[in-house]
Amino acid sequence: MSKRQRKARFKRRFSLSGWLVRHAQVFFSSLGRLAQRPLGSFMTLSVLGIAIALPLGLHLLVGNLQQLAGNWDGAASISVFLKDDIGQQQALKLVQILEARPDIGQVEHITPDQAMAEFRQQSGFGSALDLLDHNPLPHVLLVQPADPNAASGKIEALLNDLKNLPEVELALADMQWVERFQGINRILQRIALLLSLLLALAVLLIIGNTIRLEIQSRRDEIEIIKLVGGSNSFVRRPFLYEGFWYGLLGGSIALVLIWLASLSLRGPARRLAELYQSSFQLGGLDLATATTVLGLSMLLGIFGAWLAVNQHLGTTEPGD
Amino acid sequence: MIRFDNVSKTYPGSSGGLREVSLHIETGEMAFLTGHSGAGKSTLLKLVGLLERSSRGQVWVNRHNLTRLKSRQIPLLRREVGMIFQDHRLLTDRTVFDNVALPLVVAGVRHQEIRRRVQAALDKVGLLKKARALPLTLSGGEQQRVGIARAVVSKPPVVLADEPTGNLDPDLSREIMNLFQQFNQVGVTLLIATHDLALIEPLGLRTLVLDQGRLVNDSGKP
Repeated sequence: MSKRQRKARFKRRFSLSGWLVRHAQVFFSSLGRLAQRPLGSFMTLSVLGIAIALPLGLHLLVGNLQQLAGNWDGAASISVFLKDDIGQQQALKLVQILEARPDIGQVEHITPDQAMAEFRQQSGFGSALDLLDHNPLPHVLLVQPADPNAASGKIEALLNDLKNLPEVELALADMQWVERFQGINRILQRIALLLSLLLALAVLLIIGNTIRLEIQSRRDEIEIIKLVGGSNSFVRRPFLYEGFWYGLLGGSIALVLIWLASLSLRGPARRLAELYQSSFQLGGLDLATATTVLGLSMLLGIFGAWLAVNQHLGTTEPGD
Repeated sequence: MIRFDNVSKTYPGSSGGLREVSLHIETGEMAFLTGHSGAGKSTLLKLVGLLERSSRGQVWVNRHNLTRLKSRQIPLLRREVGMIFQDHRLLTDRTVFDNVALPLVVAGVRHQEIRRRVQAALDKVGLLKKARALPLTLSGGEQQRVGIARAVVSKPPVVLADEPTGNLDPDLSREIMNLFQQFNQVGVTLLIATHDLALIEPLGLRTLVLDQGRLVNDSGKP
């Protein structure tokens, strides 16, 4: 009895090369299994691609709008119109005084001549302006706050200071518009985030469900593998790799969709930007975003498959 | 090699199972398990292969106490127990070679080694020429021999067979028994459930008789 009760040990050897070979085999065989039923795989992958493309597209839209808002940061600057009787020397002196203030970042001085030249060029009133016997335009200072993202109250205070300067006729800051634009952008950003979470869940469920059906159709095979001593991880491995492929290929399809969409939007966006004399260019996918999307969808695929397999492994015992 | 100490297995709402079975099969022994259908033959084999766990009592296989075995050790035990079924349980979408190779693949045996051992096992059961065939293209006797090759390919110390000749004619059945005796001669412990008394009587080997879950006769007991 004591001999029998001696703790028996299972022979178990681990070799790294064997492990690599096994994983490499499953890596390709699971891809092969997707290829075995091309129509079903293609439909699943398309659904995944669309589900990933939606939040990604919205994310890019928000990114582009932010870039647009960045281009308009000039609007957050304050336009200071000096009184008519202020001459060149006084204006330059004022620029120096203002630039020395800590709450002011940069001051751009637009002389009446510069302003006239620009107006002549852009307004199309060239010949009409020639009729004027003198330049009616004042000196204008474009004052950039030190911190463009400062709270509106601070900028308001600066605005009032500038208004009260004796040389100043009028100081204007069209901040409200920028704030509203940024508010809308923040909402879009939040929607993109919510949509991402929701559709990530959808991706998880789609992959999980696909793998679940796959498990059910291969129930016999799983049972037999377990009968001959296949471990749970051996059974799990091909399904996890399948989830990996679904995630990776679904993510790739999403990237292609987004790429096509941005191609088709690029032309109209440029024309619109030209109308506003903006140098804005529609930003597409950058490498970092693309890599993140692929990585995340891959992880979602593996996790979805893992959930499905773990739920079903226990119920697939050969004894039943 | 296989030892049962007062083992009972009950199924809720069913009269099947095992009642207080004690037995001991030595290493290198070949024994038959007989009895009417429903007597508990399959249940007993399932307990050895850990397809089921006993309700009471202790089961020992190859010095492992199955009662205390953790779930993740079950696959390791099954690699030491080759199992043969009446319905063969082959993968119909894989070749004979792949079916026989499966126990070696799950155990992580190297590729060249798998090839060598599968060929040896197929040669042993006389199916080397059918290695590339699909199981469904084979006859019942051939399919059973594929199942046997699969059960012995990893050289397990214990082989269990549940009605291995259930669907075969007497000649084929004798052939299968012949195979089992050859395995036994190289030291494999075999436990074979069958109700074909005419087949096993001439062999004069130890026979355990089950009736309604109880071990009622053991010809090997001194």
